[in-house]
Amino acid sequence: MARVDVRKTYKLYIGGKFPRSESGRSYEIRAADGGFVANAARASRKDARDAVVAARKAFAGWSSATAYNRGQILYRIAEMIEGRRDQFVAEVAAAEGLSTRKAAAVVEAAVDRWVWYAGWTDKFAQVFGASNPVAGPYFNFSVPEPTGVVAAFAPQSSSLLGFVSVVAPILTSGNTVVVVASEQRPLPVISLTEALATSDVPAGVVNVLTGHVDELAPHLAGHMDVNAVDLTGLAERDTVELEQRAAENVKRVVRPPSREPDWNATPDPTRIMAFTETKTVWHPMGL
Amino acid sequence: MTDTPVRNTRVPDMATPLWEYAPAPESRDIVTIDSSYGLFIGGEWVEPSDGTMFKTVNPATEEVLAEVAQAGRADVDRAVGAARKAFGRWAKLPGAERGKYLYRIARIIQERARELAVLESIDNGKPIKETRDIDLPLVAAHFFYYAGWADKLAWAGLGPDPRPLGVAGQIIPWNFPLLMLAWKVAPALACGNTVVLKPAETTPLTALLFAEICRQADLPPGVVNIVTGAGETGRHLVEHDGVDKIAFTGSTEVGKQIQRTVAGTGKRVTLELGGKAANVIFDDAPIDQAVEGIVNGIFFNQGHVCCAGSRLLVQESVHDAVIDKLKRRLGTLRLGDPLDKNTDIGAINSSVQLDRITELVSAGEQEGAQRWQPECDLPERGYWFPPTVFTGVAQSHRIAREEIFGPVVSVLPFRTPAEAIEKANNTPYGLSAGVWTEKGSRILWMAQRLRAGVVWANTFNKFDPASPFGGYKESGFGREGGRHGLGAYLAGGVH
Repeated sequence: MARVDVRKTYKLYIGGKFPRSESGRSYEIRAADGGFVANAARASRKDARDAVVAARKAFAGWSSATAYNRGQILYRIAEMIEGRRDQFVAEVAAAEGLSTRKAAAVVEAAVDRWVWYAGWTDKFAQVFGASNPVAGPYFNFSVPEPTGVVAAFAPQSSSLLGFVSVVAPILTSGNTVVVVASEQRPLPVISLTEALATSDVPAGVVNVLTGHVDELAPHLAGHMDVNAVDLTGLAERDTVELEQRAAENVKRVVRPPSREPDWNATPDPTRIMAFTETKTVWHPMGL
Repeated sequence: MTDTPVRNTRVPDMATPLWEYAPAPESRDIVTIDSSYGLFIGGEWVEPSDGTMFKTVNPATEEVLAEVAQAGRADVDRAVGAARKAFGRWAKLPGAERGKYLYRIARIIQERARELAVLESIDNGKPIKETRDIDLPLVAAHFFYYAGWADKLAWAGLGPDPRPLGVAGQIIPWNFPLLMLAWKVAPALACGNTVVLKPAETTPLTALLFAEICRQADLPPGVVNIVTGAGETGRHLVEHDGVDKIAFTGSTEVGKQIQRTVAGTGKRVTLELGGKAANVIFDDAPIDQAVEGIVNGIFFNQGHVCCAGSRLLVQESVHDAVIDKLKRRLGTLRLGDPLDKNTDIGAINSSVQLDRITELVSAGEQEGAQRWQPECDLPERGYWFPPTVFTGVAQSHRIAREEIFGPVVSVLPFRTPAEAIEKANNTPYGLSAGVWTEKGSRILWMAQRLRAGVVWANTFNKFDPASPFGGYKESGFGREGGRHGLGAYLAGGVH
């Protein structure tokens, strides 16, 4: 007789914990072939607010960790995913309707992407920072610093690699993030949060919401304690209203591409800089 | 409630312990040392072609630790051949994949850190406190840092088409055996080069354990080759036609020989040579912190540090106060068993080095400087030298001009910042310098004028994989560490 399997309850990831939505709502997730897979939590405005509070609370610690420490933690995420490779391959295959071989390539690329950004933590400031030769007896230098709490929308098609490609550069410089996962394909990312929770990523550094993008986006774009909003995952949508809401507290906005890009392409480290502030320091030289 | 009688307690004198000292030795059981070691070539252990072996000893006990192969010309040729054979595939491997091997190595070093630290202390004589808390964490961090560069070379700003050089011959000293290995091997591999590394003859053991780590990481055979031996082995490596790049850390004398040897060959060279750093203490410096910095500057690693703060320049108005505090502090340093976790000063690395220190110290006395040493019992066996302070030193004295590479500091007073600069720069060396003052603008004024590759302000002997290190003048050229460190191993652009 076939064993009846134990199925997972897919929940949110806020402040290092896995709550259901406070609203008690859920929505159906179907596989690429149309079959029912699970009910995912449908996050509410209040869940989004809780996630921002958790992200703000985690910012001081994460942003002041040494770049080396952040790099090791991001690398640890890669190690954790690699160790659960088969699970991610199965979930990506189901969510995106890919063959096992193609799904494996996606998971491998996602692992490598964490490694790529892990290496940037202690390098981007050397590449993009500068000492500035001002015309006077001053030592003048500019360093990039994380902007704060970022609200991000993960790509809709590429459920795992797209998510990692958006979230990792935000974390690299020391920001914390509230991410809305792909609306129809959130399950691989919920498993990813389990890897995050066991990778020494401090609670609240990454917070993941599942639910309806249209419902959550206005709240996050207008939230007064969010410093930047990454609309990359909202390709082919009208984001004018979101950008206008972002202006309320002058958020940094990364606009969506016209079409969802090919996430297999080599990433561009300027994405790290999009979520930083440049600080310039003057100091006199003299006796 | 009953009243507790008030006891007549004396305030304890914190400086004089009331108890017998109890050693806290780190166990050496974690380390297995073989009786004999071959050469690591093409991923295999091989015997030297003429069968010559030499001994490596524990400098704290003079106990022979192991016999190690002495690589001759044929062995070096074989190692260069293995590196050349491995180069094509290694260089063509996508940077991300090369990086993953380096990440693996970094992780294995972290996992085996205690074993490596104990072995380093046994073979080198340096205190376990230093190998455990400084050398090993820096070694792992260095591999981790350069692992991340392997797929980002195009962003390094070192030319639009960064390419590896080929086979790098790397010769490293005995003062930080594994750390110098990391400084050489990590950036070379990240950039796509393969290497033939020669560790110092008195400290080969951690490099040989590193060979095992390369095997655990499944690093492709021939990417790292390790040939043990003395100066002659190094000479074969420098002269070999199949080597594209020489990276050397060691004495200025040997560095000059290497630069002469490679003249006209097209081989690229970087040299990290000797130093005679000035550590400049101004009268507004935080004196207690400065004294700690002076101690760290010259007595760290028994003074076997090319960037050691061996010339202490003290502003006249605080000279006596600084020297008094320094002497009091030196009285608390504990010299002895390198494996004791409380040891501050370990063994001198070799009898040769001990002779050199002894000779220069007696020259200092003969030339008229005043020697001071704390009361300090030296162990009967092994190579030891007590911390030594020379006052009344003139710039013309040998102890103010020559690198002693031991726990000996020469104190020279100064009156004005201009005089401090004049004296600090009055040396053929230019590796590092220290400045102690509470005034930020003065730090930067000094830093601008000091002819040295690294300037530490209100700190000393700080190292980080992200921070470039290297010298001006006869302290060599090229940088190790940071983005700049990649330049030593990349073609394309004028480096």
